Amino acid sequence: MTAAKTLYDKIWNAHLTDEAEDGTCLIYIDRHLVHEVTSPQAFEGLRMAGRTVRAPDKTIAVPDHNVPTTLDRVNGIDNVESRIQVEALDKNAKDFGIHYYPVSDVRQGIVHIVGPEQGWTLPGMTVVCGDSHTATHGAFGALAHGIGTSEVEHVLATQTLIQKKSKNMKVEITGKLRPGVTAKDITLTVIGKTGTAGGTGYVIEYCGEAIRNLSMEGRMTVCNMAIEGGARAGLIAPDETTYAYVKGRPHAPKGADWDKAMAWWETLFSDEDAHWDKVLTIAGEDIAPVVTWGTSPEDVLPITGTVPFPEDFAGGKVDAVRRSLDYMGLVPGTPLSQIAIDTVFIGSCTNGRIEDLRAAAEILKGKKIKDGLRAMVVPGSGLVRAQAEEEGLAEIFLDAGFEWRLAGCSMCLAMNPDQLSPGERCAATSNRNFEGRQGRGGRTHLLSPAMAAAAALTGHLTDVRDLN
Amino acid sequence: MEKFTSLTGIAAPMPMINIDTDMIIPKQFLKTIKRSGLGVNLFDEMRYDDDRNEIAEFVLNKPAYRNAEILVAGDNFGCGSSREHAPWALLDFGIRVVVATSFADIFYNNCFKNGILPIVLPQEDVDKLMDDAQRGSNAVVTVDLESQTITGPDGGCIAFEVDAFRKHCLLNGLDDIGLSLEKSAQIDAFEVAAAQARPWV
Repeated sequence: MTAAKTLYDKIWNAHLTDEAEDGTCLIYIDRHLVHEVTSPQAFEGLRMAGRTVRAPDKTIAVPDHNVPTTLDRVNGIDNVESRIQVEALDKNAKDFGIHYYPVSDVRQGIVHIVGPEQGWTLPGMTVVCGDSHTATHGAFGALAHGIGTSEVEHVLATQTLIQKKSKNMKVEITGKLRPGVTAKDITLTVIGKTGTAGGTGYVIEYCGEAIRNLSMEGRMTVCNMAIEGGARAGLIAPDETTYAYVKGRPHAPKGADWDKAMAWWETLFSDEDAHWDKVLTIAGEDIAPVVTWGTSPEDVLPITGTVPFPEDFAGGKVDAVRRSLDYMGLVPGTPLSQIAIDTVFIGSCTNGRIEDLRAAAEILKGKKIKDGLRAMVVPGSGLVRAQAEEEGLAEIFLDAGFEWRLAGCSMCLAMNPDQLSPGERCAATSNRNFEGRQGRGGRTHLLSPAMAAAAALTGHLTDVRDLN
Repeated sequence: MEKFTSLTGIAAPMPMINIDTDMIIPKQFLKTIKRSGLGVNLFDEMRYDDDRNEIAEFVLNKPAYRNAEILVAGDNFGCGSSREHAPWALLDFGIRVVVATSFADIFYNNCFKNGILPIVLPQEDVDKLMDDAQRGSNAVVTVDLESQTITGPDGGCIAFEVDAFRKHCLLNGLDDIGLSLEKSAQIDAFEVAAAQARPWV
């Protein structure tokens, strides 16, 4: 009898190419996603060593971090350094013969949205990218994680990665979510409980009824932020929802290949009696719409809460909270729902998919954003943008007073011109609230698309459940 | 990659938890297509004011620590992005060792690829080194990778753990890619078998 295995164990074993005596392994990589910021030095390294890309057909590149999201970007990128980086990717993609979606292509978008959308990401695969939010692809039951540029070069040259196996962690969300509660609230609540280092050394598998009931978009939101919990990767076992999403996508298997793939995919789940090194269980009913108040993604509270006191914490966190509150310009004891905002950002690899835009539009329909507020929607890909236009969502956003942008990472990390000014406070559907993340001195509150839309209407952080 | 064997240098204290990659190297400096030259922007937003003047209180701006080669920090150092610009910036500044109670996974990996030694120690050992690091120009610490020890200014010795393969690569300055390419035959064999088992990939 073979020992019971987790989903992670099964995918790992299926990709194990070599194992040294000390446990150092070579893992084969099925999909390598590439963007303009973390790849130029890797391609340069290949050239200098006279090496080639081992599997160009498994390598997919798209510019996303640097690209402007304004309509005038067809005229070129003004910022010289950004332009050089994007042009370097244009050239590297051409020289090395890898799949490429240039800025001008309607399929261009955030790499973690484009991959699944085009069917590059499939259950049971290993997926890497020089970007920490590669965890997103775990929603398909693919082992997906971020790597540094040296590792990007390593994968380009060898199609493998040197790895040691992580431990297994199970995060179970039982029961049903209450109205107004979304995938974003699940993932932030988990990080609030584990802390940003709670997942370090682990691969997390999310399971339970509340996870099963999520759409693929919602599952991607959950897995996307596994990295904010410190985990190497997040996984959700594939099921009918997964297969329905994948089927018919441009690079999904077809015909006999589909049947063969399905036969394997249906074995991709954690065995009943598999061993878990760590388990966290949360009742779905106990999850509320949440926001972050500090400068770490673990600084999460229900919107009904108040800004905490530094003294409520222990150890190094006391000083960290003091510094956070000072940076965020917040006074302990203030109700979170009274925090006034200047800006709303809806987008990013966390919440830039069609379902996210639908959720926000539903709140905004027929209404106007608070006077003086700056609000933008940045769809995650050109195809998400097109679909949102077809469904009439773009019109709702524009009528409400939002800017309707082209696809890119945009204000999530503010490498392009979409940035906060010092002191500017933003309700953001993105994934990091670090100091300076959205612009030097900018203040970020992370929340769901519906909560972001609610904040846009009132001009302050708002419990979306109070709007009706 | 430059070898790392032994280093005697000044240790700078950064008693903060969750020092993230946006703090280490803010995104506006990620637009380079080179690996070098990032040291001047290491910890940029903590190090300079809005007019680009140095902030005197920041540890690496203090005369005693301007040539620090070792950082001692709190939990979860390097959390956030996968940007290798973070270790590149540390290295370009001259930092070869970071000591903390824990590191974020990707940052930790990235250090080893660049000749930087990240050392994980229990809280009490980090506290002791943090005290040592507060001694300004007397905060001289020796880190020896071969013997896996840190010797403080008073001669006190702390042992640390490091993965044997990574230690071997650091001590010898070995290029991972070269090592993995020696296993091309295994990779070829894997690809042939995988093409049979999972032709849709």
